[in-house]
Amino acid sequence: MNGMVIIGAGECGTRAAFALREQGYDGPVTLIGAEAGLPYERPPLSKPDGGQAIRKPICEQAALDAAGIDYRPGMSVEAIDRQTRTLTLTGSSLAYERLLIATGARPRRLTCPGAKLALDFRTHADASAVLVAATGPVAIIGAGLIGMELAALLRGRGIKVTVIEAGPAPLSRAVPPHLATALHDRHIAEGVDFHFGQGIQQINPNGVTLASGDHVAAGLVISAIGVIPDTALAQTAGLATGNGILTDARLATSDPAIFAAGDCAAVAQPGGGHMRLESWRNARDQAQIAARNMLGGTEDFAALHWFWSDQYDLGLQVVGLPKAGQEMVTRPLGDGQISLYLADGLLVAAAGLGPGNSIARDIRLAEMLIAAGSRPDPKVLADPAVGLKALLKTARAA
Amino acid sequence: MNWVTACKLDDIEQEGAIRFDHGSRTYAIYRAPDDSVWCTAGLCTHEAIHLSEGLVMDFEVECPKHSGAFDYRTGEALRLPACENLRTYPVEIVEGEVRVAL
Ligand SMILES: Cc1cc2nc3c(=O)[nH]c(=O)nc-3n(C[C@H](O)[C@H](O)[C@H](O)COP(=O)(O)OP(=O)(O)OC[C@H]3O[C@@H](n4cnc5c(N)ncnc54)[C@H](O)[C@@H]3O)c2cc1C
Ligand code: FES
Repeated sequence: MNGMVIIGAGECGTRAAFALREQGYDGPVTLIGAEAGLPYERPPLSKPDGGQAIRKPICEQAALDAAGIDYRPGMSVEAIDRQTRTLTLTGSSLAYERLLIATGARPRRLTCPGAKLALDFRTHADASAVLVAATGPVAIIGAGLIGMELAALLRGRGIKVTVIEAGPAPLSRAVPPHLATALHDRHIAEGVDFHFGQGIQQINPNGVTLASGDHVAAGLVISAIGVIPDTALAQTAGLATGNGILTDARLATSDPAIFAAGDCAAVAQPGGGHMRLESWRNARDQAQIAARNMLGGTEDFAALHWFWSDQYDLGLQVVGLPKAGQEMVTRPLGDGQISLYLADGLLVAAAGLGPGNSIARDIRLAEMLIAAGSRPDPKVLADPAVGLKALLKTARAA
Repeated sequence: MNWVTACKLDDIEQEGAIRFDHGSRTYAIYRAPDDSVWCTAGLCTHEAIHLSEGLVMDFEVECPKHSGAFDYRTGEALRLPACENLRTYPVEIVEGEVRVAL
């Protein structure tokens, strides 16, 4: 009997394998991952560490065995034959009934001269190499979430860090501007040097030459300029791709026997177009829906986007998609702050920044308010004396 | 068992939690919507995150980091990524003081 096969044993693929079992499927489940060892979580790789790259397994081998998941680490799928529903692996082949592509994303590469000297930061192997090499001044190219987390991690070890960014400001993609500014200020206070609006002329063994001709001295250069979805297999197999493997709202690709989820998937949106997200919870949430729909379900993916980032002792959380043009309401909260976003009166997003996990509770309540379709009065929302939990109870009772 | 006075009942918000450190360990003490009081190990079983900073709703506490959830009366892990149960400890209220058996 041909079973369920999953390509990619990251956060998404691994969760999907277990979710198939949780749904009661008792046929064969095969999880194929190019990386060696047990599936592991990526977020800890760039978080404050105990001196070495953290490898936190998503599950133990015993859990895979208990669930009857045939996990094949260190193995790459080379091709998908959709006619015969067969995968080509190194030296073997495997037939599938339903297939999930969860190949994630890989680091975007620099193209300047000397680009090969810059190290990537995506896998545990990358993180180990970077942490071993980071003994002197480090230049980080890219001021996105990974670049900024790495800057904080390395400053925590007393290493001199320079961040070089092509755009005019850090964290411009996913973080609301006022929180990006607050994080930027903190990095400056911690002694990180920044260069914005700077292209790279070349990378050489003693640092980075900027487009302006200035030289940033560094013994190690890290490239953190974002990722590109791993669509190669899907594309060669003739599946529809764009900025990711295109799926419908149910996470099915243009071939109904093949699903895609996680960092590699661009999911059809109710308003038209496709959206691809890169976050830990999205990978898990989509895995869950994909697993159900592989077994014949017809559920649309509709979870709210949520992600976090930790830099120094500050915790950032964002739920929904805050956008310019929405009405922003700010709530003071101890040493931190929460911003809530309304579109035509409807609560659609929230973002918070504060020490540790201090903003987590309110972000979670905001998420529940969004899910409840709440239309809170902005004046009430801004009043710290009114608890979000009380608002939620009112919204749910209504 | 070693009974220790942890706090006053009034120190904990209804449907809320506080952190209680004793010796080298950390605990979370919860006051349920029905005013009953409960105590569990203080750290989430997924990563070492203080559950007292999480959201308490009904008889559930949700971890502030990745939304793993537990029934704080039994310690049972209710939602992934938390899959290991929490230890729980007996609690009694004596004249408005919360005492836990550690
Ligand atoms: C350093 C770092 C820190 C992060 N921190 C956060 C954070 O704080 N918060 C947050 O929300 N998100 C964070 N993320 C993002 C989050 O980790 C990703 O969104 C998530 O890992 C995506 O999971 P995935 O399974 O879709 O893809 P991936 O994790 O990329 O897994 C895909 C797997 O598929 C394998 N693969 C690819 N092609 C093949 C093939 N042909 N055959 C076999 N296997 C294949 C790959 O080797 C890889 O192991 C972070 C990411 C990184 C890199
Ligand atoms: S640390 Fe609690 S769910 Fe991850």
